[in-house]
Amino acid sequence: MKNHYSAFAVAREALRNHTGWQRAWRRAQPKARYDVIIVGAGGHGLATAYYLGKRFGITNVAVLEKGWLGGGNTGRNTTIIRSNYLQDPSAAIYEKSRSLYETLSQDLNYNVMFSPRGVMMLAQTEHEVRGYQRTAHANALQGVKTEFISPRQVKELCPIIRLDGPRYPVLGALWQERGGTARHDAVAWGYARACSDMGMDIIQQCEVTGVRSEGGRVVGVDTTKGAIGCDKLGIVVAGHSGVMAEKAGFRLPIESVALQALVSEPIKPVMDVVVMANTVHGYMSQSDKGEMVIGGGADGYNNYTQRGSFHHVEETVRALIETFPMLSRLKMLRWWGGIVDMTGDRSPILSKTPLEGCFINCGWGTGGFKAIPGSGWGMAELIAKGHSPLTDAFSLDRFREGRFIDESVAAGVAH
Amino acid sequence: MSIRLSTGGRFLNRARPVRFSFNGQRLPGFLGDTLASALLANDQMMVGRSFKYHRARGVVASGSEEPNALVNLGSGNRHEPNQRATTTALFDGLEATSQNHWPSLEFDIGVVNNALMRFLPAGFYYKMFIHPRSFWKHIYEPFIRQSAGLGKAPAPEDQDPDTYEHFYSFVDVLVVGGGVAGLQAALSAAQSGVKVMVIEQSAHWGGRAPVDGGTIDGMDPDAWVEKTLNTLKSMPNVTVHTRLMGAGVYDHGYALAYERLSDHDPDKGGVRHRLWRIRAARIIAATGALERPLSFAGNDLPGVMLASAVRDYVVNYATAPGQSTVVVTNNDDAYRTAIVLKNAGLDVPAIIDARPEGGGALMEEARGLGIRIETGRGIARVRGLRRVVSVQLCEQDGDGAVLEDIPCDAVAMSGGWSPVVHLWSHCGGKLNWNEAGAFFAPDPDRAPTDQTGAPFVYCAGNANGAMDLKTVLQDAVEQSQNVIGSLGCESGDASVPSVAQTQEAPLLPVWLMPAQAPKALRSKAWLDYQNDVKVSDVQLAAQEGFESVEHTKRYTTLGMATDQGKLSNINGLATLSKALGEDIPAVGTTTFRPPYTPISMGAIAGEARGALFQPVRKTPLHDWHEAHGAVWEPVGQWRRPYCFRRDGESTQDAVNREITATRASLGLLDASTLGKIVVKGPDAGRFLDMMYTNMMSTLPVGKCRYGLMCSENGFLSDDGVVARIDDQTWLCHTTTGGADRIHAHMEEWLQTEWWEWKVWTANLTEQYAQIAVVGPQARTVLETLGGLDVSKEALPFMHWVDGTLGGLPVRVYRISFSGELSYEIATPASHGRALWDRLLEAGAAFDATPYGTEALHVMRAEKGFIMIGDETDGTVIPQDLGLHWAISKKKDDFLGKRAQQRTHMTDPDRWKLVGLETLDGSVLPDGAYAVAEGRNANGQRNTEGRVTSTYHSPTLGRGIAMGLVHRGPDRMGEVIRFARDDGETMIEARIVNPVFFDPDGEKQNV
Repeated sequence: MKNHYSAFAVAREALRNHTGWQRAWRRAQPKARYDVIIVGAGGHGLATAYYLGKRFGITNVAVLEKGWLGGGNTGRNTTIIRSNYLQDPSAAIYEKSRSLYETLSQDLNYNVMFSPRGVMMLAQTEHEVRGYQRTAHANALQGVKTEFISPRQVKELCPIIRLDGPRYPVLGALWQERGGTARHDAVAWGYARACSDMGMDIIQQCEVTGVRSEGGRVVGVDTTKGAIGCDKLGIVVAGHSGVMAEKAGFRLPIESVALQALVSEPIKPVMDVVVMANTVHGYMSQSDKGEMVIGGGADGYNNYTQRGSFHHVEETVRALIETFPMLSRLKMLRWWGGIVDMTGDRSPILSKTPLEGCFINCGWGTGGFKAIPGSGWGMAELIAKGHSPLTDAFSLDRFREGRFIDESVAAGVAH
Repeated sequence: MSIRLSTGGRFLNRARPVRFSFNGQRLPGFLGDTLASALLANDQMMVGRSFKYHRARGVVASGSEEPNALVNLGSGNRHEPNQRATTTALFDGLEATSQNHWPSLEFDIGVVNNALMRFLPAGFYYKMFIHPRSFWKHIYEPFIRQSAGLGKAPAPEDQDPDTYEHFYSFVDVLVVGGGVAGLQAALSAAQSGVKVMVIEQSAHWGGRAPVDGGTIDGMDPDAWVEKTLNTLKSMPNVTVHTRLMGAGVYDHGYALAYERLSDHDPDKGGVRHRLWRIRAARIIAATGALERPLSFAGNDLPGVMLASAVRDYVVNYATAPGQSTVVVTNNDDAYRTAIVLKNAGLDVPAIIDARPEGGGALMEEARGLGIRIETGRGIARVRGLRRVVSVQLCEQDGDGAVLEDIPCDAVAMSGGWSPVVHLWSHCGGKLNWNEAGAFFAPDPDRAPTDQTGAPFVYCAGNANGAMDLKTVLQDAVEQSQNVIGSLGCESGDASVPSVAQTQEAPLLPVWLMPAQAPKALRSKAWLDYQNDVKVSDVQLAAQEGFESVEHTKRYTTLGMATDQGKLSNINGLATLSKALGEDIPAVGTTTFRPPYTPISMGAIAGEARGALFQPVRKTPLHDWHEAHGAVWEPVGQWRRPYCFRRDGESTQDAVNREITATRASLGLLDASTLGKIVVKGPDAGRFLDMMYTNMMSTLPVGKCRYGLMCSENGFLSDDGVVARIDDQTWLCHTTTGGADRIHAHMEEWLQTEWWEWKVWTANLTEQYAQIAVVGPQARTVLETLGGLDVSKEALPFMHWVDGTLGGLPVRVYRISFSGELSYEIATPASHGRALWDRLLEAGAAFDATPYGTEALHVMRAEKGFIMIGDETDGTVIPQDLGLHWAISKKKDDFLGKRAQQRTHMTDPDRWKLVGLETLDGSVLPDGAYAVAEGRNANGQRNTEGRVTSTYHSPTLGRGIAMGLVHRGPDRMGEVIRFARDDGETMIEARIVNPVFFDPDGEKQNV
């Protein structure tokens, strides 16, 4: 049985030199078969497994990971959590997710440091003002608490913003008080620990090399650790979804591009909210460590390198210095890239696939971290029951039918 | 104590004393000092506090790898946090303060964390602060956040007064690093005639060689460096730069470099930082190596320093960190430090060498100087509180039983050297583990490759794992020859300088001192000084299953400090691999990310700030607008007048006045920002038939047609009037915001799909000024100007004509976006202002009223004309807007046609365009939704429509709106309810025809 985490447990272990801490998740070798195999031990894959067990009692589950768990986009994003989306299906899944984040530390007995410090999206043109007013209206009917706030309120909430920049004045903002950030690695680790505790096998360094099917139905996977049988298969591999889908024999309307982010050196707290400025393309928050965490743009071409290119960083930093002039004398400490899987309408795919018993969860693009709990919640239901009100609108069919869920109107840089 | 020596100091200019301040105290130094050397020379051993436990921290290194000596530099709007004292050149008047403590450096409340250290192991916060939930937001997190961060943040309103710029450079070979390897590599490469650029991050050439000794071609390294540098400077194909750091390497030979021009001399003025963007066919990374600390208890005390750093401070800055320095090592190089100290007249109580057999010739030399040497021994613990008091000697192969307490006031440690492989790794270069040297070095078989698949980064010297002077120079020549060969050039002089040096005995990898150190020692043996990660933390991570090096890094924060693990990564990795019982190469490294050391945001932004950040595009009439009360609105890169406010008017008053005047008599609009794209060529008609939903190829010369453009997914993306200029030429008007996007869209299709079609496009938006003359008197005023027949017969609606008006060359389009009699007059941009002035003059008799974008919007809404971005949002197809008439039925294809045939697009249940009138005449809120009965499966309120445009119409004296409503056109007259933004209060509105004004077009068609 795993350790229960608490201040008391830490104190107890301190007195015995921390010798009693057990592994956060078991080291597992694959069994011959499982009821469900999830490919990809990122946040979405682990959350899917967790809710399969928690909501549907399905615990004969393996989560297979090519590298190390949480090592993809879960561990390389800017950790923003918000649900102020425009379209109903988006607002539903992101708000479900945000509300799950509220109690996730307690649910997992792992402090994921959800910090509902508030997210504001700046309106810097008349057009943006109208767009965010529309979102605020939509959110009110969707049960998402947001409001359009004045420039004065913006300044009170975030004193380092310059309201009257030479180019685009701040005309207001869409404010979600219960949006915020969380510690990204902890989300993956917390889910992994909880999954392992339910008896699920998390198998790292195990790359899926092929998908086995019989009569149009999935029966297992080939991996670098041998063949493993399963009744149902969930593919949750973000940037490499196209590659995995090909192994399962179907194609996806997905493009993979590199998205970049960077952090400054740590400074004492100066910013208590998350600010997104879509007109100038930049967003920023301050981590609990003191670094200013900055999101950049996506490359204009498809690739799988986790590097990115400098001109996007340059544009982002320029925009943010105009918005937050004090940034100019800080320094960029580290800059990295992740591969994001983008769909035609910039909304995710949570869907059955042409291969029976095989389900896919991908296409979160630039904003998947915030969706992890909700995505897992809905995906688990989809796998267990064949459909879920949270995921039904995000099916693959929508591209054939033209039933897009387009959020680009609400966010220039979607995130 | 730490003192300034009376003689020596390669870098010091003793003729130039300067004063600086540290925590308010005025201290002396010399030009040539770094802040770190000057602080040490003033016996300021303690310079900061660590991140987590707030432990006392002193200078540990002498270069950019320094994790401890970070200071707040400067004041006011030149304040800058986290500056490395080791790379901050001293200047007169420099002001520095230490970081991360309260109330003072010496007495810091945060040190309570140090007392609680055993309760705060790696990752403790993941296990605590979980209950009760409400405490996290209000108590735990605020506390954690308050204690986070290092340097003081700049004040919110501070504006950086300095300037920054970008330089661009194209070279055959970029040599990064101005040590002997870099200089030799540059020389060898340059002799073949290729263009070479050499950059060095510090202010000094030669790197470590002048400090470490030996001779090159019979010369002191200093002399050889000077001679080589002079040769390079004399070559026309070579440029050399100091204070220019290689920051990052990217695909296709792209490198970023960061130049600090005036940080060392702020009074000099001019640009502060310069970012170089360099395209190099080949990059030679001669970036040297970094010394590793040793992991023993108390290795974080102020006064425990890298052996090479101690040597640097003595030789380069005539500063002795201690009067009595114990050297502890696992290799020969550290003996050089002992020898340098002894020769400077300082005491070296002992050299503690972990190797059972000790070292080679250097050991003998040290012994000859009378220095006590303890082989096979280690340090059990360093004693002291805020600085070193003594070290406790023990057997290296033991559990730390103390053999002897050796008093001293400094410790110089060396755990071996690691090549600086950052630039090699940034773009995918892989590494090999070198057993003998216990380091990762570039694997030449897995180099970063360029667009042809050829390696484009080469490491040379230390960076390539060549660790002594002789092999460094051999390697530099060899790599340089490889580079030249790979470029297909004749190699020049491949001779290697002759080297005299002392032979070194092999190193013994030591990852923990002593080898069987118990927990009590391991939990005091630091790996990452800034983030307070100890050997025991990494072991705990391994125990808890954080087996991947990336997991361990993230769980413990090892290597995540501002030095990005330059000192800690290899030691941490070795500790982890030992804990896991695996080989170091099997565990692997974390990813090296740019920049090599942090670079200023100001430098990244470069010149593009203030007015140069997205420069404002101005129409030829911009100045007139500015002078006449324009209320500006940003539209794309332009600014357009929202309205022209007169004295005493509100914005709404002005808009109403402009509309009323235009409808009554005459209005003038600056329409210059509208996109104007010429499409020309034998296949232009065919091309436009694909781009637009309408048939454009059949448009007669002299006529205009309103056209719609859709995305491949069928959604309406832009609209505008297209004019057929001649047989092969069309002029396409786009929306203001759409001009660049649509031009790019056209080019994308032409270049990627229809590249064989003979079509050329040009964006002429800025070449023409365009003025809309609108209202019942529009024709009269043009007739007053004279020169063109603009009668109904000569120039019917949707026609255009070229000619002159008032002597100015014009093209007049008879089109209308207001429902009024209207002409849009284009003239070359240089005549724009003259035309505007003449129209105002001639129109004075008719109360000619310039109007802005808001009046434009209201008038188009009164007429039920759609606006891209209002009625469309990327999810709306033309059919939703009742624009079937603009979709050709005759064409086989156009962009979006197939998409518009999909089931959801043809679904009769789509929301469609209607007019909306509130029952009480009020204005509907922008973006409001119409609420239907019930809730959906996710508990959201059902909706049946939304407002797309909403205005007060002064013409009708009431609120009018357009909206998309479920089966809207079938529900004329029905009353639906719109929610205010509280989601509760409802406003009732009737569905009506969207054409509110002059539905029969009587005003327009006169």
